[in-house]
Amino acid sequence: MKVALATVLTVLLSVTALLALARMYRGPSLLDRVIAADVLLNTMAGAVGAEAAVNRHATTLPVLVVLSLLGFVGAVALVRFAVREEP
Amino acid sequence: MADWLGAGCLVAGALLSLAAGIGVLRFPDVLDRMHAATKPQVLGVLLLLAGVALRLRTPDDIGMIVLVAVFQLATAPVAAQMVGRAAYRSGRVDRSLLDTDELADEG
Repeated sequence: MKVALATVLTVLLSVTALLALARMYRGPSLLDRVIAADVLLNTMAGAVGAEAAVNRHATTLPVLVVLSLLGFVGAVALVRFAVREEP
Repeated sequence: MADWLGAGCLVAGALLSLAAGIGVLRFPDVLDRMHAATKPQVLGVLLLLAGVALRLRTPDDIGMIVLVAVFQLATAPVAAQMVGRAAYRSGRVDRSLLDTDELADEG
């Protein structure tokens, strides 16, 4: 069960990350890239959490706190920048 | 039992994240993409966290997971609203896709 669960979660989260990366590459505007970066960061948080759940350890849980706050701060900073860029 | 429930939560959360990824890639403009990204993303992360909590099951870890969940619930709407407002104000909204534009100055 553990291997099957790890495989399914890896495939799903990897495809999500690739889709977000494709949108980040294609743009077309900064806001699209902000949204894609948010999705990518949340996927990374989900992957860290899924790894902790599958292997039953709690050492990476503080990383989840940092990732969830980092996504918010990054998105807000970039959006403020995008608004100031074009009056 | 709780292990299987946790595994189900993990897979459901990953599927919702996948839905967010597909929506972000396929939808046509910024507001649609923001909508697709935020809603399943938040529920997906919450389901993944519930799966983690169901498989770890110690009070310390559950406290940390609740902290992450509260951060997600508090920050995701704010970030999405700021992105949507910036998109509207800088004119990146495709008006042919809107039914009604409640922010327009029509009187």
